[in-house]
Amino acid sequence: MTNKILKKSTVPMEAEGAGEGKFILRLFVTGILPNSARAIKNMNAICEQYLKGKYELEIIDIYQQPSLAITEEILAVPVLIKKFPLPEVRMIGDLSNIDDVLKELDLK
Amino acid sequence: MKKLKENKSDTKHFNFPKSLTGIQGLDDITLGGIPKNRPTLLLGNTGCGKTIMAMEFLVNGIEMFDEPGVFIAFEEKTDELVLNVKSLNYDLNKHLANNKIYIEHMHLNPEELRQTGKYDLEGLFVRLGQAINKVKAKRVVLDSLDTLFHGLDYKILRSEFKRLLSWLKEKEVTAIITSEIGETFLTRQGLEEYVADCVIALDNRITNQITTRRLRIIKYRGSIHGNNEYPFLIDEKGITIFPIISEAYQQESSSQRISSGIKDLDEMLGKKGFYAGSSVLVSGTAGTGKTSLAASFAFSVCQAEKCCLFCAFEEAPNQVIRNMKSIGFHLVPFIKSGILTFYYSRPTLQNLELHFLAIKKIIDEIKPTVVILDPITNLMTEGPNSDIRSMLTRFVDYLKTLHITVMFTAAITVGSIERNPSDEGISSMVDTWIMVQDIEVNAERTRSLCVMKSRGMAHSNEVRKFKISSTGIALSPIILDEEGSLSDSKRRIKEHLNLSTSKESIGLKETPQ
Repeated sequence: MTNKILKKSTVPMEAEGAGEGKFILRLFVTGILPNSARAIKNMNAICEQYLKGKYELEIIDIYQQPSLAITEEILAVPVLIKKFPLPEVRMIGDLSNIDDVLKELDLK
Repeated sequence: MKKLKENKSDTKHFNFPKSLTGIQGLDDITLGGIPKNRPTLLLGNTGCGKTIMAMEFLVNGIEMFDEPGVFIAFEEKTDELVLNVKSLNYDLNKHLANNKIYIEHMHLNPEELRQTGKYDLEGLFVRLGQAINKVKAKRVVLDSLDTLFHGLDYKILRSEFKRLLSWLKEKEVTAIITSEIGETFLTRQGLEEYVADCVIALDNRITNQITTRRLRIIKYRGSIHGNNEYPFLIDEKGITIFPIISEAYQQESSSQRISSGIKDLDEMLGKKGFYAGSSVLVSGTAGTGKTSLAASFAFSVCQAEKCCLFCAFEEAPNQVIRNMKSIGFHLVPFIKSGILTFYYSRPTLQNLELHFLAIKKIIDEIKPTVVILDPITNLMTEGPNSDIRSMLTRFVDYLKTLHITVMFTAAITVGSIERNPSDEGISSMVDTWIMVQDIEVNAERTRSLCVMKSRGMAHSNEVRKFKISSTGIALSPIILDEEGSLSDSKRRIKEHLNLSTSKESIGLKETPQ
């Protein structure tokens, strides 16, 4: 467990070197269930509008990669995890409340 | 297992599929276990034993029924859990290594979470599904639900809870979901009322400064079950529930006799002694020789090479042994050979049910022919009289079903029986009642003994002198002084007086042993 956390924490460090101030985002979804589909749509919209060119978004379907659900301790879905910039922030829900999302991402 | 179930339900009109928990007593109350392939809710406050009960259900599943299990801990971390149940002799590491059990810690910290819209707990299902596949689980425990749902909004909680239950049914696993009771969502919202098939509540109650854990089945859809609150015990062997199902009506009454250990007393009891499997009460004021009488019985049982359990609530075993040695009963060899077992416990240590539970465990282990409780009245301080009476009745019934002869001694306070209703309560449920008391004969304190009642046999009505000497106990007729030679009628009057209105003489003559 601790090993994995360590590995994960190195990700943003590398990313920092790669691209200054880039947002590392991970969105965990479950297939194309309505909440997930909405979350993906909302996420893309937010990224395009507010983070253009300075983000890395990874969309993970835990139906396809269930082991990631364990390592990332996912229970509620969809969930957006902001890996970088630190601190790590988690948001559950379909991201339809854009104001809240922006606030949590420190973009507003 | 299937066979067992069918056997159990032979007499029932409907064969409800059940899964044995392997927890002592619980399978009796539920008449065969919890609903198979369905979720059962286990409710209770902190410290009631929910986690332990759930864990025992899983471990028994592995060890007794070869059904692998999954334990999802929302509260404790895996290593903590393994450590916590180690004290109960569950070696989870072994089962973990053999891939028979899978433990996963899941947590949802609402403070870390910001809600930005609609969501569900699909992640839980994905992980649960994985866990089940990993060990091919037949049994699942979710502990505890309120921790998982804490801080979630009620609408989601409600729909996810329902979804969880039906998901578990689909997966065909027998599940136990634990949850806090009371202030939590379950009871407040009445969810458990309609969504679960079986709801069991645990409780931890303190009466007279003694804590008792109790279990009650609130609901069991499609099955009959015991309705009462049943006390249970957690010790190093796990959980034991004492159902004390009254099966007295089924018991066979034996016509075999067992000697009381005193020839003269046997003589008074239709010349043969007690009925085997009956209950005997010896009551009397302090210092009348109740314990000696009980020890004499125990001694004779041991001499006949039958197993005896002596439960001492007043004196420590060593003291009983020493005292009885002084009147010619050498108990030590029998203890050494394992024929005689002592159970000693302070009455105030725990309440009556738990004493019985502990005694029951020993009975199951050593299978005695005779059980002696000395004295039962010491236990009576621990709770209201009606409770004790029903408890005792059920305990006597339980012993009767096992054909165990039981002897209680009861210390009654100086005074009449009428003034001591608890004693009356006992005397109505015993088969043989022997009264020992001090009477005054020729201005001398004399121990006397009489048989107040003895069901199903012609017993003597005589009051006999009861003599304890270094060679044991002997009975003899009450001899009157030279000039006395009381006429029969006078003697009878005296007898009568002794029995019913001898308060004064007893009161004056009470002496320490």
